[in-house]
Amino acid sequence: MNRRDVLFATLGLILIWQITALIVHRPILPAPWEVFVVFFKELGNGLLIHFGVSLWRVSAGMALSVLVAAPAGLAIGGSKTMDRFLSPIIYLLYPIPKVVFVPVVLLFLGIGDTAKITLIFLILFFQIIVLVRDQAVGIPPQLIQSLQSLGAGRRALFRFVYLPASLPAILTALRQSIGTAVAVLYISELFATKYGLGYYIYYQGSTLFNYPAMYAGVVAMSLLGLGMYFGVDWLERKWCRWKFVS
Amino acid sequence: MIKINSLKFNYQNNIPLFSGFEISISRGETWAILGPSGCGKTTLLYLLAGLRKPISGQISIGGQLLTRPRPHSGLILQDYGLLPWSTVYENVELGIRVRDFYGPDGKHTPDNFQSKNNISDWLERMGLSEVADKFPSQISGGQRQRTAIARTLALEPDLLLMDEPFSSLDAITREDLQNLTLSLCAEKNLTLVIVTHAIEEAAALGKKVLLLNQAPNKNAHIFDNPNAGQKNHRSSQAFHELCDLLWKEMQHESA
Repeated sequence: MNRRDVLFATLGLILIWQITALIVHRPILPAPWEVFVVFFKELGNGLLIHFGVSLWRVSAGMALSVLVAAPAGLAIGGSKTMDRFLSPIIYLLYPIPKVVFVPVVLLFLGIGDTAKITLIFLILFFQIIVLVRDQAVGIPPQLIQSLQSLGAGRRALFRFVYLPASLPAILTALRQSIGTAVAVLYISELFATKYGLGYYIYYQGSTLFNYPAMYAGVVAMSLLGLGMYFGVDWLERKWCRWKFVS
Repeated sequence: MIKINSLKFNYQNNIPLFSGFEISISRGETWAILGPSGCGKTTLLYLLAGLRKPISGQISIGGQLLTRPRPHSGLILQDYGLLPWSTVYENVELGIRVRDFYGPDGKHTPDNFQSKNNISDWLERMGLSEVADKFPSQISGGQRQRTAIARTLALEPDLLLMDEPFSSLDAITREDLQNLTLSLCAEKNLTLVIVTHAIEEAAALGKKVLLLNQAPNKNAHIFDNPNAGQKNHRSSQAFHELCDLLWKEMQHESA
Protein backbone atom coordinates (compact mmCIF):
# COMPACT_ATOMS: atom_id res chain seq x y z
CA MET A 1 0.00 0.00 0.00
CA ASN A 2 1.68 3.21 -1.11
CA ARG A 3 1.08 6.77 0.03
CA ARG A 4 -0.60 7.83 -3.19
CA ASP A 5 -3.23 5.07 -2.87
CA VAL A 6 -3.93 6.11 0.72
CA LEU A 7 -4.30 9.76 -0.35
CA PHE A 8 -6.75 8.87 -3.13
CA ALA A 9 -8.75 6.63 -0.78
CA THR A 10 -8.94 9.48 1.76
CA LEU A 11 -10.10 11.94 -0.90
CA GLY A 12 -12.68 9.41 -2.10
CA LEU A 13 -14.08 8.91 1.42
CA ILE A 14 -14.25 12.69 1.98
CA LEU A 15 -16.13 13.04 -1.30
CA ILE A 16 -18.66 10.36 -0.27
CA TRP A 17 -19.02 12.09 3.10
CA GLN A 18 -19.61 15.47 1.39
CA ILE A 19 -22.25 14.04 -0.98
CA THR A 20 -24.03 12.22 1.88
CA ALA A 21 -23.99 15.41 3.98
CA LEU A 22 -25.57 17.34 1.09
CA ILE A 23 -28.26 14.70 0.64
CA VAL A 24 -29.06 14.35 4.37
CA HIS A 25 -28.81 18.11 4.94
CA ARG A 26 -29.28 17.98 8.73
CA PRO A 27 -27.08 19.17 11.63
CA ILE A 28 -26.54 15.57 12.67
CA LEU A 29 -24.24 15.09 9.65
CA PRO A 30 -22.11 18.20 9.08
CA ALA A 31 -19.99 18.55 5.94
CA PRO A 32 -16.33 17.51 6.13
CA TRP A 33 -14.96 21.03 5.76
CA GLU A 34 -17.00 22.24 8.75
CA VAL A 35 -15.73 19.31 10.82
CA PHE A 36 -12.12 19.94 9.83
CA VAL A 37 -12.35 23.59 10.88
CA VAL A 38 -13.78 22.54 14.25
CA PHE A 39 -11.23 19.76 14.52
CA PHE A 40 -8.27 22.15 14.36
CA LYS A 41 -10.04 24.62 16.67
CA GLU A 42 -10.83 21.87 19.19
CA LEU A 43 -7.23 20.64 19.21
CA GLY A 44 -6.38 23.72 21.25
CA ASN A 45 -9.52 23.35 23.37
CA GLY A 46 -8.69 19.98 24.90
CA LEU A 47 -9.12 17.51 22.02
CA LEU A 48 -5.36 17.03 21.94
CA ILE A 49 -5.37 16.08 25.62
CA HIS A 50 -8.19 13.59 25.05
CA PHE A 51 -6.24 12.20 22.12
CA GLY A 52 -3.09 11.90 24.24
CA VAL A 53 -4.94 10.09 27.05
CA SER A 54 -6.51 7.62 24.60
CA LEU A 55 -3.17 7.10 22.87
CA TRP A 56 -1.55 6.33 26.22
CA ARG A 57 -4.26 3.82 27.17
CA VAL A 58 -4.24 1.95 23.89
CA SER A 59 -0.42 2.00 23.61
CA ALA A 60 -0.03 0.75 27.19
CA GLY A 61 -2.55 -2.04 26.53
CA MET A 62 -0.76 -3.05 23.35
CA ALA A 63 2.71 -2.93 24.92
CA LEU A 64 1.56 -4.94 27.92
CA SER A 65 -0.09 -7.57 25.75
CA VAL A 66 3.04 -7.97 23.58
CA LEU A 67 5.28 -8.19 26.65
CA VAL A 68 3.13 -10.89 28.26
CA ALA A 69 1.61 -12.78 25.31
CA ALA A 70 4.66 -13.02 23.03
CA PRO A 71 6.96 -14.81 25.53
CA ALA A 72 4.03 -16.97 26.68
CA GLY A 73 3.21 -17.93 23.07
CA LEU A 74 6.87 -18.70 22.40
CA ALA A 75 7.14 -20.80 25.55
CA ILE A 76 4.00 -22.77 24.71
CA GLY A 77 4.98 -23.23 21.06
CA GLY A 78 8.51 -24.25 22.00
CA SER A 79 7.54 -26.84 24.63
CA LYS A 80 5.35 -29.84 23.86
CA THR A 81 4.47 -30.29 27.54
CA MET A 82 3.32 -26.69 27.98
CA ASP A 83 1.50 -26.85 24.67
CA ARG A 84 -0.42 -29.95 25.76
CA PHE A 85 -1.54 -28.39 29.05
CA LEU A 86 -2.08 -24.74 28.16
CA SER A 87 -3.25 -24.69 24.54
CA PRO A 88 -6.68 -26.22 25.29
CA ILE A 89 -7.29 -23.52 27.92
CA ILE A 90 -6.28 -20.75 25.52
CA TYR A 91 -8.35 -22.15 22.69
CA LEU A 92 -11.39 -22.33 25.00
CA LEU A 93 -10.99 -18.70 26.10
CA TYR A 94 -9.95 -17.25 22.73
CA PRO A 95 -13.37 -17.15 21.00
CA ILE A 96 -15.13 -15.48 23.95
CA PRO A 97 -15.75 -11.84 22.97
CA LYS A 98 -13.78 -9.90 25.55
CA VAL A 99 -16.06 -6.84 25.27
CA VAL A 100 -18.52 -8.68 27.48
CA PHE A 101 -16.01 -8.37 30.31
CA VAL A 102 -16.20 -4.56 30.33
CA PRO A 103 -18.54 -4.38 33.36
CA VAL A 104 -16.67 -7.17 35.16
CA VAL A 105 -13.28 -5.52 34.68
CA LEU A 106 -14.67 -2.13 35.74
CA LEU A 107 -16.16 -3.73 38.85
CA PHE A 108 -12.91 -5.42 39.78
CA LEU A 109 -10.37 -2.77 38.77
CA GLY A 110 -12.32 0.39 39.36
CA ILE A 111 -12.66 3.46 37.19
CA GLY A 112 -9.03 4.42 36.59
CA ASP A 113 -6.75 3.74 33.66
CA THR A 114 -5.94 0.23 34.91
CA ALA A 115 -9.37 -1.11 33.94
CA LYS A 116 -9.23 0.45 30.47
CA ILE A 117 -5.70 -0.79 29.79
CA THR A 118 -6.63 -4.25 31.10
CA LEU A 119 -9.55 -4.49 28.67
CA ILE A 120 -7.31 -3.72 25.69
CA PHE A 121 -4.71 -6.10 27.07
CA LEU A 122 -7.29 -8.91 27.34
CA ILE A 123 -8.30 -8.58 23.70
CA LEU A 124 -4.79 -8.38 22.29
CA PHE A 125 -3.36 -11.01 24.62
CA PHE A 126 -5.35 -13.86 23.09
CA GLN A 127 -4.80 -12.72 19.50
CA ILE A 128 -1.04 -12.52 20.01
CA ILE A 129 -0.61 -15.68 22.07
CA VAL A 130 -2.51 -17.80 19.55
CA LEU A 131 -0.65 -16.45 16.51
CA VAL A 132 2.78 -16.59 18.18
CA ARG A 133 2.15 -20.10 19.49
CA ASP A 134 1.11 -21.29 16.00
CA GLN A 135 4.16 -19.62 14.47
CA ALA A 136 6.53 -21.20 17.01
CA VAL A 137 5.02 -24.67 16.46
CA GLY A 138 5.40 -24.25 12.69
CA ILE A 139 9.13 -23.51 12.73
CA PRO A 140 10.83 -26.18 10.57
CA PRO A 141 12.66 -28.71 12.77
CA GLN A 142 15.67 -28.50 10.44
CA LEU A 143 16.12 -24.87 11.44
CA ILE A 144 16.11 -25.82 15.12
CA GLN A 145 18.52 -28.71 14.56
CA SER A 146 20.79 -26.52 12.50
CA LEU A 147 21.02 -24.04 15.40
CA GLN A 148 21.46 -26.82 17.94
CA SER A 149 24.38 -28.11 15.92
CA LEU A 150 25.96 -24.66 16.30
CA GLY A 151 25.76 -25.10 20.06
CA ALA A 152 22.42 -23.39 20.70
CA GLY A 153 20.51 -24.53 23.77
CA ARG A 154 16.99 -23.51 24.71
CA ARG A 155 17.87 -19.89 25.56
CA ALA A 156 19.76 -19.28 22.34
CA LEU A 157 17.00 -20.95 20.33
CA PHE A 158 14.50 -18.48 21.79
CA ARG A 159 16.80 -15.56 21.11
CA PHE A 160 17.93 -16.49 17.61
CA VAL A 161 15.03 -18.54 16.20
CA TYR A 162 11.73 -18.40 18.05
CA LEU A 163 11.69 -14.66 18.70
CA PRO A 164 12.63 -13.42 15.21
CA ALA A 165 10.46 -16.10 13.58
CA SER A 166 7.47 -14.93 15.59
CA LEU A 167 7.96 -11.21 15.08
CA PRO A 168 5.81 -11.07 11.91
CA ALA A 169 3.06 -12.98 13.77
CA ILE A 170 3.20 -10.51 16.66
CA LEU A 171 2.91 -7.55 14.29
CA THR A 172 0.11 -9.23 12.30
CA ALA A 173 -1.80 -9.86 15.53
CA LEU A 174 -1.31 -6.23 16.52
CA ARG A 175 -2.46 -4.99 13.15
CA GLN A 176 -5.53 -7.22 13.19
CA SER A 177 -6.41 -6.14 16.71
CA ILE A 178 -6.05 -2.38 16.39
CA GLY A 179 -9.66 -1.89 15.21
CA THR A 180 -11.05 -3.95 18.09
CA ALA A 181 -8.69 -2.34 20.58
CA VAL A 182 -9.82 1.17 19.60
CA ALA A 183 -13.48 0.07 19.70
CA VAL A 184 -13.04 -1.31 23.21
CA LEU A 185 -11.17 1.84 24.16
CA TYR A 186 -14.21 3.86 23.10
CA ILE A 187 -16.57 1.70 25.17
CA SER A 188 -14.31 1.75 28.22
CA GLU A 189 -13.99 5.55 28.03
CA LEU A 190 -17.75 5.96 28.24
CA PHE A 191 -17.60 5.01 31.92
CA ALA A 192 -16.41 7.09 34.83
CA THR A 193 -13.80 9.24 33.18
CA LYS A 194 -13.47 12.84 31.99
CA TYR A 195 -10.62 12.21 29.61
CA GLY A 196 -10.22 10.21 26.45
CA LEU A 197 -11.72 10.37 22.96
CA GLY A 198 -14.56 8.02 23.90
CA TYR A 199 -15.65 10.40 26.63
CA TYR A 200 -15.14 13.43 24.33
CA ILE A 201 -17.25 11.98 21.48
CA TYR A 202 -20.06 10.93 23.79
CA TYR A 203 -20.05 14.22 25.72
CA GLN A 204 -20.04 16.41 22.60
CA GLY A 205 -22.70 14.34 20.82
CA SER A 206 -25.10 13.31 23.58
CA THR A 207 -24.77 16.09 26.15
CA LEU A 208 -23.83 19.24 24.21
CA PHE A 209 -25.33 18.18 20.85
CA ASN A 210 -22.28 19.78 19.27
CA TYR A 211 -22.17 17.53 16.22
CA PRO A 212 -19.20 19.11 14.41
CA ALA A 213 -17.13 18.67 17.59
CA MET A 214 -18.41 15.11 17.98
CA TYR A 215 -17.27 14.33 14.42
CA ALA A 216 -13.96 16.01 15.18
CA GLY A 217 -13.60 13.43 17.97
CA VAL A 218 -14.51 10.63 15.55
CA VAL A 219 -11.86 11.92 13.14
CA ALA A 220 -9.33 12.01 16.01
CA MET A 221 -10.20 8.44 16.97
CA SER A 222 -9.87 7.32 13.33
CA LEU A 223 -6.51 9.04 13.14
CA LEU A 224 -5.48 7.23 16.32
CA GLY A 225 -6.35 3.84 14.79
CA LEU A 226 -4.80 4.73 11.43
CA GLY A 227 -1.65 6.05 13.08
CA MET A 228 -1.25 2.82 15.02
CA TYR A 229 -1.92 0.78 11.91
CA PHE A 230 0.75 2.62 9.95
CA GLY A 231 3.04 2.47 12.98
CA VAL A 232 2.83 -1.32 12.98
CA ASP A 233 3.43 -1.32 9.22
CA TRP A 234 6.50 0.82 9.74
CA LEU A 235 7.80 -1.51 12.45
CA GLU A 236 7.27 -4.50 10.21
CA ARG A 237 9.23 -2.87 7.39
CA LYS A 238 12.02 -2.02 9.84
CA TRP A 239 12.18 -5.30 11.76
CA CYS A 240 11.09 -7.78 9.10
CA ARG A 241 13.00 -6.47 6.10
CA TRP A 242 13.40 -10.01 4.78
CA LYS A 243 9.66 -10.23 4.12
CA PHE A 244 9.77 -7.34 1.67
CA VAL A 245 12.74 -8.31 -0.50
CA SER A 246 12.18 -9.71 -3.95
CA MET B 1 38.45 -39.97 16.17
CA ILE B 2 34.91 -41.43 16.03
CA LYS B 3 34.08 -44.76 17.60
CA ILE B 4 30.64 -46.31 17.43
CA ASN B 5 30.25 -49.36 19.68
CA SER B 6 27.28 -51.75 19.73
CA LEU B 7 24.93 -49.03 18.53
CA LYS B 8 21.23 -49.73 18.76
CA PHE B 9 18.72 -47.15 17.63
CA ASN B 10 15.09 -47.19 16.61
CA TYR B 11 12.29 -44.66 16.40
CA GLN B 12 9.28 -45.29 18.60
CA ASN B 13 7.45 -48.52 17.71
CA ASN B 14 9.66 -49.15 14.67
CA ILE B 15 12.15 -51.87 13.97
CA PRO B 16 15.75 -50.91 14.86
CA LEU B 17 17.66 -49.03 12.19
CA PHE B 18 20.90 -50.08 13.85
CA SER B 19 21.57 -53.10 16.02
CA GLY B 20 25.03 -53.95 17.33
CA PHE B 21 26.46 -51.55 14.71
CA GLU B 22 30.14 -50.60 14.95
CA ILE B 23 32.46 -48.37 12.96
CA SER B 24 35.62 -46.41 13.63
CA ILE B 25 36.61 -43.25 11.77
CA SER B 26 40.10 -41.75 11.98
CA ARG B 27 40.95 -38.06 12.11
CA GLY B 28 41.12 -36.40 8.70
CA GLU B 29 39.29 -39.17 6.88
CA THR B 30 36.47 -38.47 4.46
CA TRP B 31 33.52 -40.84 4.72
CA ALA B 32 30.48 -41.04 2.51
CA ILE B 33 27.37 -42.77 3.83
CA LEU B 34 25.30 -44.26 1.04
CA GLY B 35 22.10 -46.24 1.00
CA PRO B 36 18.48 -46.37 -0.06
CA SER B 37 15.79 -44.14 1.44
CA GLY B 38 14.84 -45.09 4.98
CA CYS B 39 18.01 -47.09 5.66
CA GLY B 40 19.13 -44.73 8.45
CA LYS B 41 21.74 -42.55 6.72
CA THR B 42 20.48 -39.27 8.11
CA THR B 43 19.73 -40.86 11.48
CA LEU B 44 23.34 -42.00 11.74
CA LEU B 45 24.50 -38.46 10.95
CA TYR B 46 22.15 -37.01 13.59
CA LEU B 47 23.48 -39.57 16.09
CA LEU B 48 27.02 -38.38 15.29
CA ALA B 49 25.86 -34.78 15.67
CA GLY B 50 24.46 -35.55 19.12
CA LEU B 51 20.95 -34.59 18.03
CA ARG B 52 19.68 -38.14 18.60
CA LYS B 53 20.62 -40.50 21.43
CA PRO B 54 21.31 -44.24 20.99
CA ILE B 55 18.91 -46.68 22.64
CA SER B 56 22.02 -48.59 23.68
CA GLY B 57 25.67 -48.64 22.76
CA GLN B 58 28.07 -45.74 22.69
CA ILE B 59 29.33 -43.08 20.36
CA SER B 60 32.54 -41.33 21.31
CA ILE B 61 34.26 -38.53 19.42
CA GLY B 62 37.79 -37.47 20.24
CA GLY B 63 37.76 -39.82 23.23
CA GLN B 64 34.69 -38.15 24.75
CA LEU B 65 31.38 -39.94 25.09
CA LEU B 66 28.81 -38.09 22.98
CA THR B 67 25.76 -37.06 24.98
CA ARG B 68 24.76 -33.78 23.31
CA PRO B 69 25.77 -31.65 20.30
CA ARG B 70 29.49 -31.15 20.46
CA PRO B 71 30.91 -27.62 20.02
CA HIS B 72 33.71 -28.89 17.74
CA SER B 73 31.35 -30.62 15.28
CA GLY B 74 29.72 -28.78 12.40
CA LEU B 75 26.49 -29.97 10.77
CA ILE B 76 25.28 -28.88 7.34
CA LEU B 77 21.78 -29.91 6.34
CA GLN B 78 20.10 -30.56 3.01
CA ASP B 79 18.10 -27.34 3.11
CA TYR B 80 21.09 -25.40 4.50
CA GLY B 81 19.30 -24.40 7.75
CA LEU B 82 19.81 -20.69 7.07
CA LEU B 83 17.73 -18.18 9.00
CA PRO B 84 15.46 -16.50 6.42
CA TRP B 85 15.33 -13.26 8.44
CA SER B 86 19.11 -12.87 8.60
CA THR B 87 21.40 -11.64 5.85
CA VAL B 88 24.20 -13.79 4.45
CA TYR B 89 26.66 -11.99 6.74
CA GLU B 90 24.45 -12.50 9.80
CA ASN B 91 23.94 -16.16 8.92
CA VAL B 92 27.68 -16.76 8.63
CA GLU B 93 28.15 -14.91 11.90
CA LEU B 94 25.41 -16.89 13.66
CA GLY B 95 27.61 -19.61 15.19
CA ILE B 96 29.96 -16.97 16.63
CA ARG B 97 26.99 -15.04 18.03
CA VAL B 98 25.63 -18.19 19.68
CA ARG B 99 29.05 -18.77 21.26
CA ASP B 100 29.29 -15.16 22.39
CA PHE B 101 25.78 -15.53 23.82
CA TYR B 102 26.91 -18.34 26.15
CA GLY B 103 30.58 -17.52 26.57
CA PRO B 104 33.19 -20.28 26.93
CA ASP B 105 31.16 -22.62 29.16
CA GLY B 106 32.52 -25.91 27.76
CA LYS B 107 28.96 -27.06 27.10
CA HIS B 108 27.61 -24.88 24.31
CA THR B 109 30.94 -23.23 23.53
CA PRO B 110 34.45 -24.71 23.77
CA ASP B 111 36.33 -23.81 26.98
CA ASN B 112 39.12 -22.22 25.00
CA PHE B 113 36.81 -20.18 22.74
CA GLN B 114 38.06 -16.69 22.00
CA SER B 115 35.67 -14.54 20.03
CA LYS B 116 37.24 -13.33 16.82
CA ASN B 117 35.46 -11.96 13.83
CA ASN B 118 36.69 -13.92 10.83
CA ILE B 119 33.41 -13.54 8.96
CA SER B 120 34.66 -11.21 6.25
CA ASP B 121 37.53 -13.60 5.49
CA TRP B 122 35.13 -16.51 5.09
CA LEU B 123 32.74 -14.49 2.95
CA GLU B 124 35.59 -13.59 0.66
CA ARG B 125 36.95 -17.13 0.62
CA MET B 126 33.55 -18.52 -0.34
CA GLY B 127 32.87 -15.81 -2.93
CA LEU B 128 30.01 -14.34 -0.92
CA SER B 129 31.28 -10.80 -0.24
CA GLU B 130 29.03 -9.27 -2.89
CA VAL B 131 25.87 -10.89 -1.48
CA ALA B 132 26.74 -10.33 2.19
CA ASP B 133 23.78 -7.97 2.66
CA LYS B 134 21.28 -10.15 0.81
CA PHE B 135 18.78 -12.47 2.46
CA PRO B 136 18.79 -16.24 1.71
CA SER B 137 15.69 -15.85 -0.49
CA GLN B 138 17.65 -13.47 -2.73
CA ILE B 139 20.59 -15.75 -3.52
CA SER B 140 21.07 -18.96 -5.51
CA GLY B 141 21.07 -22.49 -4.09
CA GLY B 142 24.85 -22.70 -4.53
CA GLN B 143 25.36 -19.44 -2.65
CA ARG B 144 23.08 -20.67 0.14
CA GLN B 145 25.14 -23.82 0.46
CA ARG B 146 28.35 -21.78 0.50
CA THR B 147 26.81 -19.64 3.25
CA ALA B 148 26.00 -22.77 5.29
CA ILE B 149 29.54 -24.09 4.81
CA ALA B 150 31.07 -20.72 5.75
CA ARG B 151 28.88 -20.54 8.86
CA THR B 152 30.05 -23.95 9.99
CA LEU B 153 33.72 -23.50 9.15
CA ALA B 154 33.86 -20.07 10.82
CA LEU B 155 33.58 -22.02 14.09
CA GLU B 156 36.74 -23.97 13.21
CA PRO B 157 35.30 -27.45 13.74
CA ASP B 158 37.34 -30.65 13.60
CA LEU B 159 34.42 -32.74 12.31
CA LEU B 160 32.16 -31.78 9.42
CA LEU B 161 28.85 -33.62 9.09
CA MET B 162 26.86 -33.06 5.89
CA ASP B 163 23.39 -34.35 5.08
CA GLU B 164 22.85 -34.52 1.30
CA PRO B 165 24.16 -30.98 1.03
CA PHE B 166 24.42 -30.82 -2.76
CA SER B 167 21.31 -32.73 -3.80
CA SER B 168 19.31 -29.71 -4.93
CA LEU B 169 22.11 -28.07 -6.92
CA ASP B 170 22.82 -28.22 -10.63
CA ALA B 171 25.65 -30.49 -11.83
CA ILE B 172 28.27 -27.74 -12.30
CA THR B 173 27.61 -26.05 -8.95
CA ARG B 174 27.47 -29.44 -7.25
CA GLU B 175 30.90 -30.51 -8.51
CA ASP B 176 32.33 -27.08 -7.73
CA LEU B 177 31.13 -27.30 -4.12
CA GLN B 178 32.19 -30.92 -3.75
CA ASN B 179 35.73 -29.94 -4.76
CA LEU B 180 35.64 -26.93 -2.46
CA THR B 181 34.52 -29.11 0.45
CA LEU B 182 37.32 -31.61 -0.16
CA SER B 183 39.98 -28.91 -0.44
CA LEU B 184 38.79 -27.25 2.77
CA CYS B 185 38.80 -30.58 4.60
CA ALA B 186 42.34 -31.28 3.40
CA GLU B 187 43.49 -27.76 4.31
CA LYS B 188 41.98 -27.78 7.81
CA ASN B 189 42.54 -31.52 8.43
CA LEU B 190 38.83 -31.93 8.97
CA THR B 191 37.11 -35.27 9.33
CA LEU B 192 34.22 -35.36 6.88
CA VAL B 193 31.13 -37.54 7.07
CA ILE B 194 28.73 -36.89 4.25
CA VAL B 195 25.37 -38.55 3.66
CA THR B 196 24.28 -38.98 0.07
CA HIS B 197 21.93 -41.07 -2.01
CA ALA B 198 24.03 -40.51 -5.15
CA ILE B 199 26.53 -43.28 -5.89
CA GLU B 200 28.80 -40.98 -7.93
CA GLU B 201 28.91 -38.42 -5.13
CA ALA B 202 29.83 -41.09 -2.58
CA ALA B 203 32.57 -42.42 -4.87
CA ALA B 204 33.87 -38.91 -5.57
CA LEU B 205 34.02 -37.70 -1.95
CA GLY B 206 34.53 -40.63 0.40
CA LYS B 207 37.88 -42.26 0.90
CA LYS B 208 35.68 -44.74 2.71
CA VAL B 209 32.16 -45.43 1.53
CA LEU B 210 29.79 -46.87 4.13
CA LEU B 211 26.89 -48.64 2.47
CA LEU B 212 23.82 -48.97 4.65
CA ASN B 213 21.12 -51.49 3.87
CA GLN B 214 17.50 -51.93 4.79
CA ALA B 215 17.08 -51.92 8.56
CA PRO B 216 18.34 -53.27 10.79
CA ASN B 217 21.96 -52.47 9.97
CA LYS B 218 24.18 -54.84 11.91
CA ASN B 219 27.44 -55.01 10.00
CA ALA B 220 29.13 -52.04 8.38
CA HIS B 221 29.76 -52.54 4.65
CA ILE B 222 32.76 -50.33 4.02
CA PHE B 223 34.41 -49.80 0.64
CA ASP B 224 37.90 -48.35 0.41
CA ASN B 225 38.34 -45.57 -2.10
CA PRO B 226 41.85 -44.22 -1.47
CA ASN B 227 41.99 -42.03 -4.57
CA ALA B 228 38.92 -39.95 -3.67
CA GLY B 229 39.63 -36.25 -3.91
CA GLN B 230 42.61 -36.65 -6.18
CA LYS B 231 42.74 -34.84 -9.48
CA ASN B 232 41.03 -36.69 -12.35
CA HIS B 233 39.65 -39.27 -9.91
CA ARG B 234 36.15 -38.90 -11.38
CA SER B 235 37.38 -39.98 -14.80
CA SER B 236 39.53 -42.86 -13.50
CA GLN B 237 38.89 -46.55 -13.98
CA ALA B 238 38.84 -47.08 -10.19
CA PHE B 239 36.04 -44.52 -9.82
CA HIS B 240 33.84 -46.22 -12.40
CA GLU B 241 34.56 -49.66 -11.00
CA LEU B 242 33.57 -48.50 -7.50
CA CYS B 243 30.38 -46.92 -8.87
CA ASP B 244 29.51 -50.22 -10.59
CA LEU B 245 30.25 -52.19 -7.45
CA LEU B 246 28.15 -49.90 -5.26
CA TRP B 247 25.34 -50.01 -7.81
CA LYS B 248 25.34 -53.81 -7.83
CA GLU B 249 25.49 -53.98 -4.02
CA MET B 250 22.53 -51.63 -3.68
CA GLN B 251 20.54 -53.57 -6.29
CA HIS B 252 21.40 -56.85 -4.58
CA GLU B 253 20.28 -55.53 -1.20
CA SER B 254 17.01 -54.16 -2.53
CA ALA B 255 16.19 -57.36 -4.47
